[in-house]
Amino acid sequence: MSATAVELRGLTVAGGLERIRAGELDPGEWFGAYASADDGLNAYLWRADDPGAPGEGALEGAPIAVKDIFCTEGIPTTAGSRILEGYSPAYTATAVRLLLDAGASLLGKTNMDEFAMGSSNENSAYGNVTNPWGTNRVPGGSSGGSAAAVAGGLAPAALGTDTGGSIRQPASLCGIVGLKPTYGAISRYGMIAFASSLDQCGTLTRDVTDAALLLDALCKRDPCDSTSLGIDGGVSSPARTDLKGVRFGVAPDFSADAEGVEAGVADTFARNLDLIRELGGEIVEISLPHAQHGLSAYYVIAPAECSTNLARFDGVRYGLRAGDGGDLTSMYEATREAGFGAEVKRRIMLGTYALSAGYYDAYYGRALRVRTKISSDFEQAFANVDFVVTPTSPVVAFEQGAKAADPMAMYLSDYFTVPMPLAGIPAISIPSGLSEPASGGPELPVGLQLAGPAFSEAGMLDAALALEKALGFEPLEIVA
Amino acid sequence: MIDRDQVLHVARLARLELTDEELERMASELSVILEHVERIGELDLDGVEPTSHVVDITNVLRADEPRPSWPRERTLAGAPDATEGAYRVPSPQA
Amino acid sequence: MSEWHERYEAVIGLEIHVQLSTRTKMFCGCEPSFGADPNVHTCPVCLAHPGTLPVVNERAVGYALAIALALDCEIAPRSIFHRKNYFYPDIPKGYQISQYDIPLASAGRLGEVRIHRVHLEEDTAKMIHVGESGRIHASTASLVDFNRAGTPLVEIVSEPDISSAAHAREWAQLLRETVRQTGASDVSMEEGSLRCDANVSLRPLGAKELGTKTELKNMNSFRFLERGIEAELERQAGLLDAGSAVDQETLHFDPTSGAITSLRSKEYAHDYRYLPEPDLVPLAPTEEMIEAARATVGEAPAAREARYAELGLAAAQARQLAFDTDLAEYFEAVLEGVRADPSAVANWVVGDLVAARRDAGSDGGEIPADSLARLIAMVQAKEISHGAGRQVLAVLVKQGGDPAEIAEREGLSGGADSSELEAVVERAIAANEEAAEKLRAGKGGAIGPIVGAVMRETKGRADGGEVAELIRTKLGV
Ligand SMILES: [Mg+2]
Ligand SMILES: [Zn+2]
Repeated sequence: MSATAVELRGLTVAGGLERIRAGELDPGEWFGAYASADDGLNAYLWRADDPGAPGEGALEGAPIAVKDIFCTEGIPTTAGSRILEGYSPAYTATAVRLLLDAGASLLGKTNMDEFAMGSSNENSAYGNVTNPWGTNRVPGGSSGGSAAAVAGGLAPAALGTDTGGSIRQPASLCGIVGLKPTYGAISRYGMIAFASSLDQCGTLTRDVTDAALLLDALCKRDPCDSTSLGIDGGVSSPARTDLKGVRFGVAPDFSADAEGVEAGVADTFARNLDLIRELGGEIVEISLPHAQHGLSAYYVIAPAECSTNLARFDGVRYGLRAGDGGDLTSMYEATREAGFGAEVKRRIMLGTYALSAGYYDAYYGRALRVRTKISSDFEQAFANVDFVVTPTSPVVAFEQGAKAADPMAMYLSDYFTVPMPLAGIPAISIPSGLSEPASGGPELPVGLQLAGPAFSEAGMLDAALALEKALGFEPLEIVA
Repeated sequence: MIDRDQVLHVARLARLELTDEELERMASELSVILEHVERIGELDLDGVEPTSHVVDITNVLRADEPRPSWPRERTLAGAPDATEGAYRVPSPQA
Repeated sequence: MSEWHERYEAVIGLEIHVQLSTRTKMFCGCEPSFGADPNVHTCPVCLAHPGTLPVVNERAVGYALAIALALDCEIAPRSIFHRKNYFYPDIPKGYQISQYDIPLASAGRLGEVRIHRVHLEEDTAKMIHVGESGRIHASTASLVDFNRAGTPLVEIVSEPDISSAAHAREWAQLLRETVRQTGASDVSMEEGSLRCDANVSLRPLGAKELGTKTELKNMNSFRFLERGIEAELERQAGLLDAGSAVDQETLHFDPTSGAITSLRSKEYAHDYRYLPEPDLVPLAPTEEMIEAARATVGEAPAAREARYAELGLAAAQARQLAFDTDLAEYFEAVLEGVRADPSAVANWVVGDLVAARRDAGSDGGEIPADSLARLIAMVQAKEISHGAGRQVLAVLVKQGGDPAEIAEREGLSGGADSSELEAVVERAIAANEEAAEKLRAGKGGAIGPIVGAVMRETKGRADGGEVAELIRTKLGV
């Protein structure tokens, strides 16, 4: 008996590939189950009609969605911005190329906060994305389209990017697994830059096994990216079922007790710690005194880099141009005024200010020193523990519009996720329970974050798998 | 704190044309964010080296071997204003 | 020279941009091009398409190290790239990747002028202003050609150790030669592979404090560099004399009108908002990289000039040889092959040989250094006269061959032995009685016709000096 489309849409990548290899599933049928599903979430900005001619490899036959921040040759790539409306790149990003070379096919390009700036996907020029757990809820951001697509059964897995939490936070809000690897593990070539020293490609998947599977295909050193290192020896499939001898650090100065953490999130986190102990893991108190300043450092460094990365959008070589009637300066100003949304402008302004004469030392210079302190805090912690654990997001998915008018409140969503990219270390968010939002309503997913030392992905995925099995989190039921 | 004139100056540096209303809103929003950010001003950071990058490698170099450039039709295809094989822009001093 | 020199002292520093002769651009695999159709040497990287990243050209680093070593610089153990942010259509990323607070090399010296820093960066695109006049001010639009965008550049900044416009020109020429001899660049001002800006200021004679400087941009020949600086010094002196202040600004010198105009546009004051380039990792030249670069650096012209001066060469010859590596190598090879005074050998190489080649024009060919060495030896041994040697050289340049054979064949060898020569001289005096009389009366110039007669009879084999000596002895003057 052949499986229904709804059933196919609930498969993991590894699960689907297993069926294909067993001759029980036709890749075209699997692809078609997603391609024909209605995108009521506005998760996609572009969808493929057919799987194309997939290559051969470990992912042969797997349909995968890609955040619209990755360049895809001949396929519209907007980064969620009006300024790139209609832009079609001349080349394909290395990460996407690696997936295709391993046999994956491209399902589509997912919606996102403009240039990856946002935590709710309300900053897309092409409309909000809906969280499949609740129609009035945000999916998180900036990889909101990728997270919603995976949670809502519109893709088994998706590529995302994480600069301050843009994979982990939407994964947490949508009840899926989000992995941000070590900086340098995956090439950034062809990934439209937001903050180059922080941006990292990663995955949004239905489970931990898929995160490892995709990471293994992606973690190659790329001669086109000077900062790319790859992961030596790749990443094997995680297999661990207990946590005996694994030490988890909890920092009272950077934990669920912090201001703004919902009670339900704090409770879930406490239960998660109990489960770790039950699995044989050890909870060790550590100190991360500067992690709480991560947001301050992040909201100087990321805007500073974004202000220069986005300077190339000037109406000269590609993309939107406005104000052609006047002189050069009015063309620049009109193009960027018309092409960028409010949040992008805000960050460009913030970054330009932080780098400008007279302010550099007070803002950018200081932020780089805080970054050093955050890194050394982690280094000291990892001398005693294997991983640091925190809630991923202080809150469950909030209502659309709830924070849109208050940028600072929105920025606080990234409280637990910004220190890791600042230190360049890997982190993963796994769904760890359900909790009622502070404002009331049905229960929504909570995420648990594990962070480890640079290039500790293999061990981190192992620990995450053991937790995943013990947590037994029920994914969202996929509807026709 | 950042005032309206500073916002205007920064907007010019960044080539953003802000409406009066945007200027006002930007000034107040940026002030709130900067107030939060300025908390790092209280930290003792004497003698701390700045970290601009976490990747600890050097000399990533490419061999000086030519690779074909891209066909001009292809690179110019997406240009807002292509003329005579070049990218046309308004005069810097019209 | 105007009289301001009596009241003020010029303080000049140069900033020189050199395009490197790499096969590809600084950060992508496109070939740099000159004179190609617009935008045919471009790719997503040098057009700053979204998502593209730079990767440093290895040879550009090698060339920059070679230039730094030729300028006696200290190589930074670790240097980084920065982004220099500004909006202009010739800068596709909206920033130029350059080096800022930690350059590749610093603290060097070329001759008497200290080198402040040497760093790597990338070139801009070319803009053509279209409109009635073709000039920026009246243009209606500009066309951008990115072929040049991303070409590797080395920027060399001198300390303000230059004291006059002429000094600036001379030093810039020495610098060009020094860089050229590393093979890192064509250093052609006409083709734009060498570009020169000058920082110029005046201060009252004896003052310690520096005056306000102006920056003169892009003078495209050494002559214009000198004239531009001279004109700017004159302008500043006029301002200071009138009690006005010199504005710190960027200026353009128009060589046809001699006018200096401000380049300050209506744009806002520059604020480059430098930040470390996050897409690149630091450069930390290894011993191997430095040794490889050192191997391409020959003896720097300044050092060679000094060595030749010590050998006793005239100043002009020492400089000419220092500036011409090929000729200098030839000179050294000849010197190797003959036991002779270096300055005499230099006379042959820089004087006689260069002249013979010039005379031969397109008929001329290379002559092996050992041929010239043998010829010089023959003259030294007085087997033939200097004049005969020159005739042999002319034949050598045109036809090649063995100097001794040529001398034999042309009847120039064997010289003229003294007794034979004495008889010839006596006959010549007798035939030119009038000239001999004048010579006896103290008119030295009258010797000419008598020498000429001797030379005619000996077919030039006689040595002119020896002949003149003999005539004077005979006449007792
Ligand atoms: Mg420069
Ligand atoms: Zn190129």
